[in-house]
Amino acid sequence: MTGLLTALLVAAGAAVGAPLRYLTDRLIQSRHDNVFPWGTFGVNLAGSALLGFLVALPADDAVRALAGTGFCGALTTYSTFSYETLRLAEDGARLAAAANVVASVAGGLGAGACGMLLARAVGG
Amino acid sequence: MIAAGGVAGSLVRYGLGVLFPSAPGFPWTTLFINVTGCLLIGVLMVAVTEIWAAPSWVRPLLGVGVLGGYTTFSTYIADVGLLFAGGAPLSALVYLVVTPLLALAAVWAGTTATRAAARRLGRRA
Repeated sequence: MTGLLTALLVAAGAAVGAPLRYLTDRLIQSRHDNVFPWGTFGVNLAGSALLGFLVALPADDAVRALAGTGFCGALTTYSTFSYETLRLAEDGARLAAAANVVASVAGGLGAGACGMLLARAVGG
Repeated sequence: MIAAGGVAGSLVRYGLGVLFPSAPGFPWTTLFINVTGCLLIGVLMVAVTEIWAAPSWVRPLLGVGVLGGYTTFSTYIADVGLLFAGGAPLSALVYLVVTPLLALAAVWAGTTATRAAARRLGRRA
């Protein structure tokens, strides 16, 4: 597969993943009123599960570029995760800040492992 | 706005991955991407919330879009899993712990440096 085609697939996946992250975050954040950034937490876990599924499948390069690098990469975010954690700490919610880091990393690993196991189960 | 920024950020991330394919063993490129993205969001968020009355499209384009698309949480998680499954549990553990520490240090450094720069410029003006 050419580099240009791969880049186009990454772009197509990102064009869906990034707005979906924003819409999901808005939807989740409008449904609760505590300080915890559940929206970013949710998209990061969902993207980790899907990418775990993809890397464990014998998927071809086009699928990886579109759904992995493009969609999952843009659906998930490290920058917002870090910024929201810093804001929690600066606003005095240190416990929530620490919980966000621990829960996101542990939850992401759990979600990614679930994705991998599911891929092995369906992929044989 | 968000889609355009997300595409741009993701293409930069993809391009860096092509230009600097991580040597087997440690995902340096993704680590670099996530840490620099965190530094930049620290700069951006202080700029648009505390210093500059930015137009309403700036934050969706640059923050949610470009930096959100540039950085990735899913690849971080997948690489930890792959390192672990590939028989490099120590590298997996180091990468797992070092990424959030550097990311948080970077976002703190970005916000702190931007606030300090704004104070200096404000005094001079």
